[in-house]
Amino acid sequence: MSPIGTTAEARAAPAPEPAEAPSGADSTLLPLQVRGLVYERNGRRLLDGVSFDLGAPHIAVIMGPNGAGKTLLLRLCHGLLTPSAGSVSWGGHRPCQCLQRVTMVFQKPLLLRRSVLANVAFGLKVKGLPMARRRSRAWQALEATSLTHLATRPARLLSGGERQRLAIARAWALEPEILLLDEPTANLDPPATLAVEKLVRAIRAAGTKVVMTTHDLTQARRIGEEVLFMNQGRLLEHRPAEEFFDAPRTGQAAAFLQGKLLL
Amino acid sequence: MNDFATAFTTALQMIVHGDRALAEVVLLSLQVTLTAVGLAALVGFPVGALVALARFPGRGMVVGLLNAFMGLPPVVVGLTVYLLLSHSGPLGALQLLFTPTAMVIAQFILVTPIIAALTRQTVADLHEEYDEQLRSLGSRGSGMAVALLWDGRFSLLTAVLAGFGRAFAEVGAVLIVGGNINHVTRIMTTSIVLETSKGSLPLALALGLILIGLSLSINLAAMGTRDVAYRYYG
Repeated sequence: MSPIGTTAEARAAPAPEPAEAPSGADSTLLPLQVRGLVYERNGRRLLDGVSFDLGAPHIAVIMGPNGAGKTLLLRLCHGLLTPSAGSVSWGGHRPCQCLQRVTMVFQKPLLLRRSVLANVAFGLKVKGLPMARRRSRAWQALEATSLTHLATRPARLLSGGERQRLAIARAWALEPEILLLDEPTANLDPPATLAVEKLVRAIRAAGTKVVMTTHDLTQARRIGEEVLFMNQGRLLEHRPAEEFFDAPRTGQAAAFLQGKLLL
Repeated sequence: MNDFATAFTTALQMIVHGDRALAEVVLLSLQVTLTAVGLAALVGFPVGALVALARFPGRGMVVGLLNAFMGLPPVVVGLTVYLLLSHSGPLGALQLLFTPTAMVIAQFILVTPIIAALTRQTVADLHEEYDEQLRSLGSRGSGMAVALLWDGRFSLLTAVLAGFGRAFAEVGAVLIVGGNINHVTRIMTTSIVLETSKGSLPLALALGLILIGLSLSINLAAMGTRDVAYRYYG
């Protein structure tokens, strides 16, 4: 199977069987296989039959207007929500078996009422790292995100860009195989956005698969390597970024790329 | 009005002259109440967090009971502890009746539901906000409870202060189980009752003023610390 399958191909593929999951902790979590994912709340279908495969270590960008279901899709892939129908499989594992190997940074990351360093160390403590390694690993993550000078500052008093970088540091410190980012630069000014994008590229270069949502077209063009385009709870296109931006196949995607409002 | 003026003067004189009898009852009051509140926090925090986070049959009833027990009548608690600790009671052998320990036990029973119920509310509110983030980081069970308690520490201080206020000002239970024995179990509130029954109203009122002043100072100091810390941690 090609690393970036089209939706139609993905739909035709047989459903993965989590019960027969490989049990070794070192087995890879890719490909991510999503099959017929449906999520309903209060009788409303918010996600409707989404299927796709993610295999290559590209930066995958989930694009679409507000309400398309991008965040919902990430939360379902992360195992924070249970789908109404369909399945998510990380290399044969169920999402809840992959916490800490798949980490997520929320659009409004919740920082604990502790210092910057303690926020990063918290996840490492949950992971079971001994105290000394926790500290050095947390420090390393702060260095990578240029936050060492703020290490002792209370996390909640950081600026928007710093908060986002801290949330990424906290998730990345866990050495995940996959990093899910939900609108990581929403409400950030250009310098802060640039810093986050640089960080995302570095994380990808270090071998972590990045899956991020954005409704910012220019950002998707800048860092996306494969694009999943969603609208109204459906996945309409899943293709390499260059092809998608050059020649979108669906009318909705073409309209979105031209900056038109999708109603 | 004259009584009030005399009470004020008496109170001031007692404080300025460093009245030894006063110091004794003040210290015992603080010792009994702080011990009871400390122990109640040790039990109330985990119980509150457990009820907030665990899902079990009859949870709604436990929450209702906790809330209702915040208003336990001190006299009834005192009477119950008295019966338990009295010579013929099941715990009579411990010989705790009419000791400060008995007073601590009674206040502990009064304060624990208050701290547990307020902790449950704080943790439940925080849980709603933190749940996905903490689960995402792999935290669950007791680890999540500890993280939520720690992040709610400023609100939990209010719960502790509510418990402190209740215990410090309470007289019904400590009078029954302590007996108001001079130099042994006499505290601020029981002294006030005694002076009132003796007809020394200005002295009773003076003690009352000192009690209120102490309670107010402790609350202000705690809230001040809380506000400074809250501003620092956001």
